[in-house]
Amino acid sequence: MQMPQPNAGVLSRKDQIVARLAAVLPPDALMSDIAETRAYECDALTAYRCPPLAVVLPSTTEQVSAVLKICHDMGVPVVPRGSGTSLAGGALPTADCVILGVARMTQVIETNYPDRYIRVQTGRTNLSVTGAVEADGFFYAPDPSSQLACAIAGNIAMNSGGAHCLKYGVTTNNLLGVTLVTMDGTVMEIGGAHMDAGGLDLLGVICGSEGQLGVVTEATLRILPKPEGARPVLMGYDSSEVAGQVVTDIIKAGILPVAIEFMDRPCIEATEAFAKAGYPICEALLIVEVEGSPAEIDAQLALIMQIARSHNPVELREAKDADEAGRIWLGRKSAFGAMGQINDYMCLDGTIPVSALPYVLRRIGEMSKEYGLGVGNVFHAGDGNMHPLILFDANKPGDLELCEAFGADILRLCVEVGGCLTGEHGVGIEKRDLMHVQFATADLEAQMAVKDVFDPGWLLNAAKVFPLDSSAPRRAA
Amino acid sequence: MQARLAAENQRLAFEPMDHRALLGTSGEPTIGGMVAANVSGPRRITVGACRDFMLGVRFVDGAGHIVKNGGRVMKNVTGYDLVKLLTGSYGTLGVLTEVSLKVLPDVETQATLVLDGLDDARAVAAMAAAMSSPFEVTGAAHDPAAGRTLLRLEGFAASVAYRAQALAGVLAPFGSVTLMDDQAASAALWAAIRDVTAFAGQQGCVWRLSVKASDAPALVAKAGARAVIYDWAGGLVWLLADGDLRARLGDFKGHATLVRGQADVPVFQPEPAPVAALTAGLRAKFDPRGIFNPGMMG
Repeated sequence: MQMPQPNAGVLSRKDQIVARLAAVLPPDALMSDIAETRAYECDALTAYRCPPLAVVLPSTTEQVSAVLKICHDMGVPVVPRGSGTSLAGGALPTADCVILGVARMTQVIETNYPDRYIRVQTGRTNLSVTGAVEADGFFYAPDPSSQLACAIAGNIAMNSGGAHCLKYGVTTNNLLGVTLVTMDGTVMEIGGAHMDAGGLDLLGVICGSEGQLGVVTEATLRILPKPEGARPVLMGYDSSEVAGQVVTDIIKAGILPVAIEFMDRPCIEATEAFAKAGYPICEALLIVEVEGSPAEIDAQLALIMQIARSHNPVELREAKDADEAGRIWLGRKSAFGAMGQINDYMCLDGTIPVSALPYVLRRIGEMSKEYGLGVGNVFHAGDGNMHPLILFDANKPGDLELCEAFGADILRLCVEVGGCLTGEHGVGIEKRDLMHVQFATADLEAQMAVKDVFDPGWLLNAAKVFPLDSSAPRRAA
Repeated sequence: MQARLAAENQRLAFEPMDHRALLGTSGEPTIGGMVAANVSGPRRITVGACRDFMLGVRFVDGAGHIVKNGGRVMKNVTGYDLVKLLTGSYGTLGVLTEVSLKVLPDVETQATLVLDGLDDARAVAAMAAAMSSPFEVTGAAHDPAAGRTLLRLEGFAASVAYRAQALAGVLAPFGSVTLMDDQAASAALWAAIRDVTAFAGQQGCVWRLSVKASDAPALVAKAGARAVIYDWAGGLVWLLADGDLRARLGDFKGHATLVRGQADVPVFQPEPAPVAALTAGLRAKFDPRGIFNPGMMG
């Protein structure tokens, strides 16, 4: 993975930069010693590491603004960081950058139940947003798998999804407003507790911009009343084509499950060995969850079971109580850990039209043989967001490169069938150089033009998202 | 489009309004216009706006470049979300030539619970209580002139019946609740809310106020409006009010948009300077010669 050459001028001015930052921050909010900055050398894409020039951990929007103003004046690149859980390298530093971490900004600023929103500082973790309102019967809907650790700041940067977004949407659909600090230190409010105001939808383009347009320090998030209850059903089939058809039939029937999760045989086998959830060993397993009152759940599950039976399942199991529901989810929630126990793996995130599922799974199987690397598939089937896990051995020379080449081929396949490179993890550095596969030059130019407006000097997280050759003239300017 | 979707038992879930009655126009509304103005209806409060259902766009910018963004899949975070930027941009950034929209299955039936005689503040409180219940209310509107507060439920018949009963229990503290379970009558009621037909044929300026729902009654009291319709549980207020409504509302959190008529004020709520600078910067990038809808949106 290529990264731009660090700016020698910035490196040589490290002492002055640190001195100026020290003037606007409390002593414990600034780190510049390698022993400390090394802790920030990577995010969850651990294959790539680089300690930053310095790390700042501000506590207020004013401090964020002061830091950005200094970096802007001194031409110092800035990489914003939430909790560092990006699987795409979204928070990977460069040697000449200041890491701006929002991890200390965790306050709840306002909770408003009549209008159903919560305003938080963005270093707060996803799960603790729900934690702040669940005793009163509310929840924050987007639920990425890393929700225990990941910050709202990163959720907004990557427009994160989760298992339940089939019904509730992703971050952008649940975000009402932000406090944005642009690279020159300007603080502004975009959106608020009201909906769909006139004017350009800047909120819509800020969400998912991977920390390249500004630093979001506060966010107003929609909260929803908790459903009366939820229950899953598990079904196994002897072909992924049939499982794909079941998904299509359920959605066509007018049922809107909160989640439809899919696992294939390699993934089921690894998960069973690890978590012993009692899954059937078969080609394709579906977990479908519905919500409502007990009677409504019964009615919806009856419809789903009827559809499931008409496709001759090898297993069909309805959760009768919370304990059985927990066992059904146990395997799915252990899947990544189970795969990690048997191997190093790379997790992909392409999205495909649901109708292309059987073809894509077949092709991935064929490519797996060609590359000699195993693949397990576990993903959100309702919306076509795949998560192929490619197994490799990090200690074997050349295996990581082989795995990356295989991953790139899978993502090309996703685009070829009408899908995209990433459904919820973001581009980061991981998929940056594949952007040409999905976008023509004019498409990328239009996106980069947006960054030109927000960050004319291209100092914010500039080596991400866009292929280096495309962004080079702007980064050099 | 809607007829073709209906034939497949699908629908545009964000319930785009038809402006013809309100504006006194007769042209057939297009998908492009709907997207350019981010047109949504009562169901927006629960399922999201037009912008939330937009999956992809193809447009031509001011320099003639053909640009595509997004795609045809439900989840897509590949690159910047220009789909949202273009939706609701009123043609100021480019000419939309193709769009992809997410559709959802139509529902089996609908019903409406009606509360009578509530003042605006009580009505907004009742709607907030309904929206805070787990019973999936897909419309919450209040018509002060008719003295009616409306709450819509949709879905399978048995589920709607169950939720209607449960929701009536939630609303009991606000007065007696009537159930309108005639599907066609309920649908007609919501079509009228969606299209603001109460203002059709009445002279004067029409304003669309987007605010925090609980702020709405106090703002309406200051508005000097001749007629008012609350939608989105109070988060959207339609006002028939002449002159400079914004001056009367004073400093408030939200946006007032002039939808119909002349009032010698900007159509869109003026933006704070840093936001206006970003908006102007984006327009200059996408439309360097200023040929798209000059004067629109500041």
